[in-house]
Amino acid sequence: MGAPGESFPVTRLSVVAAARSNDAAERSLALEILFAAYWKPIYKYLRLKYAQAPQDAQDLTQGFFAELLKRGLLAKFDPAKSRLRTYLRLCADSFALNEIKAASRKKRGGDVTHVALDFSAAEEELRTQAIDPASIPSPESLEEFFEKEWIRSLFSSAVAELHRLCEARGKQKAFSLFEAYDLDGEQELSYADLATQHGLSAADVNNQMAWARREFRRIAMEQLHALCGSEEEFARESHALFGETPK
Amino acid sequence: MKFLSDKAIERLRGSSVPDLSGTRYVLRELIARGGMGVVYAAEDEKLHRRVALKVLDTAGSNAELTQRLIREARILAQLEHPGIVPVHDVGTLPDGQVFYTMKFVEGLRLDEYVKQLDSLPQRLRLFLRICDAVAFAHARSVLHRDLKPANVMVGSFGEVLVMDWGLAKILQEPAAAEETVVVSSQKKIYNEEETQATVVTGHGTVMGTPGYMSPEQERGETEQIDARSDIFSLGALLKFVAESSQEKKRQRLPRALQAICAKAAAKQPEQRYESVSEFAADVSRHLDGLPVSAYSENVFEKLARFYQRHQIAILLITAYLVTRFLVLYFFHR
Repeated sequence: MGAPGESFPVTRLSVVAAARSNDAAERSLALEILFAAYWKPIYKYLRLKYAQAPQDAQDLTQGFFAELLKRGLLAKFDPAKSRLRTYLRLCADSFALNEIKAASRKKRGGDVTHVALDFSAAEEELRTQAIDPASIPSPESLEEFFEKEWIRSLFSSAVAELHRLCEARGKQKAFSLFEAYDLDGEQELSYADLATQHGLSAADVNNQMAWARREFRRIAMEQLHALCGSEEEFARESHALFGETPK
Repeated sequence: MKFLSDKAIERLRGSSVPDLSGTRYVLRELIARGGMGVVYAAEDEKLHRRVALKVLDTAGSNAELTQRLIREARILAQLEHPGIVPVHDVGTLPDGQVFYTMKFVEGLRLDEYVKQLDSLPQRLRLFLRICDAVAFAHARSVLHRDLKPANVMVGSFGEVLVMDWGLAKILQEPAAAEETVVVSSQKKIYNEEETQATVVTGHGTVMGTPGYMSPEQERGETEQIDARSDIFSLGALLKFVAESSQEKKRQRLPRALQAICAKAAAKQPEQRYESVSEFAADVSRHLDGLPVSAYSENVFEKLARFYQRHQIAILLITAYLVTRFLVLYFFHR
């Protein structure tokens, strides 16, 4: 397995279909996609929900994905019964409870091949978000937290992909405008402000922003599509995420 | 990978919707997407009311479409009529996109509403209210050019509103000696707008909806389009309204009404009604059981209509005569 999180792998199938494929390479790709999209939300979720120390939460996260592969849990997923996201969260819960009950940290980490994941970045993000485990006591708020982190992970990955695309096409200016207006925009900026700051005309800013936003949305939708268990789920998810049903 | 703040996520989630920061409006939900623009429900924070906000659907700057949206808002502003959706405000978003807000109409589209009306007279009365609004617009030299069931809303109190004036065309105003100076200045604006409309639509550009679009519109003969093009669309609309019913067995329309529909939607403009008022008057006459200009009745049809119109009086007189006859008959027996 490569190093997930660096880029979102590309598959011609949805992650669920790929997991059920007879082709071992497709199955491995499915897990890679899941890793890329879910490792951070699952790490943060387990860390907060079970009040685990960073090292323990890291082991649980690595162990959970290994378990997913070993037991073929993805192939058992039924899109008619739940969303893939909910299924994975419940699987992670079940795995964590068993592991914590057994209190066998050795066993947990013992036979698992660890993947290089940037857990320190996830810890830094938790600190940035100033999240106190005591402040999210109810299961409902933890579910909301997991949903939010999942969207953050999906969008971060789409932004990284957009950055790569802009670099490849020589559209660095479009990315820096997008970054300043949509990603860093702590202070309210108008397109006119951006035009002045970057020495561009308002029409240029408008066009470049429109292109960057359109591409971001396309990438995010493509990644979302790969992460959904069915077309119906994709339609629901894209509506929930962007307020629109895909064409 | 870059860490995205909650605020950035909110912005990205809304990257496909217009950025209303700095305006008095807060976006609520998408209502409709048309060929040119998107309409959202928004909250006017100053007046605490819900409005419909229309922006262009096209990303990036497009001077031609922007001009058309501004023109649409200006046309609506000129048409103050209870049957035409009123415009509230025009403005520019931080990204330079033009928007306008109008009354948020809660109700049903005509094609949905009309299914609830089983009686033909009810449906015809509803249609006459659409004619009122279009006739008013024609009196202000404005053609709608896209009249169809989806562009008419019926509000929760039964008010009828003609929507989506995005394809409207302003004709040269007829000279009126009694008009004031103010009206004369409006006329000048109309003439300027007509030039813009020509630029926007251009010769040979086909705009409208098949089935409701006049043949001259279909052929893209922009110069040939006048009030009779809207009358064609109204004719198709009348047929749709008259024939829409929840009843499974569709009843055949009265011949006079069929003739009215056929005259309004004639292929040749010169065979259609000259004005919406003339068209509406024929529909009203039909509703009142009077002869209509579009149809020549034979004697039997005249008698049948006479009977329909004076049914009660005829029955009363007949009953009186029969009684009188019976009384006389038994008295002299």
